[in-house]
Amino acid sequence: MSNGDRKIIARIEDATLAFGERVILKNCNLDIVDGAITCIIGLSGAGKSTILRLLDGLLLPSAGHVYVRGRDVCHITEEQRNRVRQKISLSFQFSALLDSLTVGENVALPLREHTRLSEAEIRRTVMDALDSVGLTRAFDNLPAELSGGMLKRAGFARAIVTRPDLVLYDEPTTGLDPIVTNLITDTIVRLREKLNGTAVVISHDLSSIFGMADYVAMLFEGAIIAYDTAQGIRNSPNPIVQQFLSGSEIGPIPI
Amino acid sequence: MRFLDRFGRATIDFFEYAGGLTMLSAESLGFMVRLRVRIAETISQAALLGVQSLVIVLLTSLFTGAVISLESAQQAVAYGFSAFVGGAVAYASVRELGPMLTAVVVAGRVGAAIAAELGSMVVTEQIEALRSMGLEPARFLVVPRLVALLLMLPLLTIFADVVSIGGGMWIAQVYAHISYESFISSVRQSIDMPDVLKGILKAFVFATIIAMVGAYQGLSTRGGAAGVGRSTTFAVVLAIILIFISNFVLSFFLFG
Repeated sequence: MSNGDRKIIARIEDATLAFGERVILKNCNLDIVDGAITCIIGLSGAGKSTILRLLDGLLLPSAGHVYVRGRDVCHITEEQRNRVRQKISLSFQFSALLDSLTVGENVALPLREHTRLSEAEIRRTVMDALDSVGLTRAFDNLPAELSGGMLKRAGFARAIVTRPDLVLYDEPTTGLDPIVTNLITDTIVRLREKLNGTAVVISHDLSSIFGMADYVAMLFEGAIIAYDTAQGIRNSPNPIVQQFLSGSEIGPIPI
Repeated sequence: MRFLDRFGRATIDFFEYAGGLTMLSAESLGFMVRLRVRIAETISQAALLGVQSLVIVLLTSLFTGAVISLESAQQAVAYGFSAFVGGAVAYASVRELGPMLTAVVVAGRVGAAIAAELGSMVVTEQIEALRSMGLEPARFLVVPRLVALLLMLPLLTIFADVVSIGGGMWIAQVYAHISYESFISSVRQSIDMPDVLKGILKAFVFATIIAMVGAYQGLSTRGGAAGVGRSTTFAVVLAIILIFISNFVLSFFLFG
């Protein structure tokens, strides 16, 4: 798939999704450019996390299509979807590490389940992933023993350990202090470079977004209303985008 | 109209629940048939769910056997039927009370634990994380618990049968002075191996009910900590009701 001169790794096409009466996405369209960091911004509850779950096949749209590497993940079996997921990783807002396993075991889990690597190779790969996020010393810790920032980074390590093509980050900096936020932002950029892959990041932290994004998409009332390079979004004439970026209470966004 | 509306919703909820439970059971059975069972996790669950239930199962069985003996021994001696006390205790224990009481105790302890653990994993997005890694929650979480219970509940039932008869024998001797030899002779005359095997067959059915209801209820959890509480309570209540119903049906066909 391509969009002009850009190669597209994933595409959401006319996707509509509702939970009961509540419509989350309505004819939503979004292209994820291969090898770039795309950030999705929008109001709380706008459906940003839903977009990540559509890309990962955890949710399916009631109408429309979701393509990953050209394959429509909406019309394949769960088993086929599981194989697609092995090339996509989702890093959860609250890490979602299995609390009965140590950090090392959590990071090793996708390797143990999906590869035939020896235990020595798994350990080496896990240590490499933990080293990428500065957490090698937490190998034997349980998730409950880690701070919020460490949990996020352990979640990143689990997300990248299989060297996926596409990493999805759900609010990676929410609830963290500015120093850890910078650390997380730098880590996402470094991991993208290390994997030579693609990242999609959802965040409310504008300085973090503009510190890493190649492209920014704004979601409003179930649809992507603006999509451009980071600089293009900063200079967008769209009053909704400008109100969101300025944080003003006055403007077209209903409070 | 309101009644019809409620009735309609309840009917839909019932079929949705039954369908979901059946689908999860079929999916889990599919993994078991294809031998896609995580052995280490299954052993760990067997230890956790089975071994830790042993003491409470033995205690309830001991006193159940004892109370049957207590109630029957005095009357039996008074009417000259003391030779039948062992048979009465064994008959009740092996065919009905052993499998059923063990299952009820395990449902209270293990069914609740399964629902609470999986429910907590749902609300902390751990189940979604498994799915996002391409891992099936049924294979990863449900099958080890189901296989562990299928292994451990029949074993617990056998222990319960033995201890229940032992408790009855003890009370019969202390309370009605019925000798151990007379009691054991009565046990041997009253029950045979098919009775024991049918009791164990019941245990397999009860194990499936406890594991699947606990797992399905846990995986269906919605609404944070309160939701986990609701799932846990409902899993225990439903499992116990289903155990009583299936016990009647099984007894009807096996012993009727």
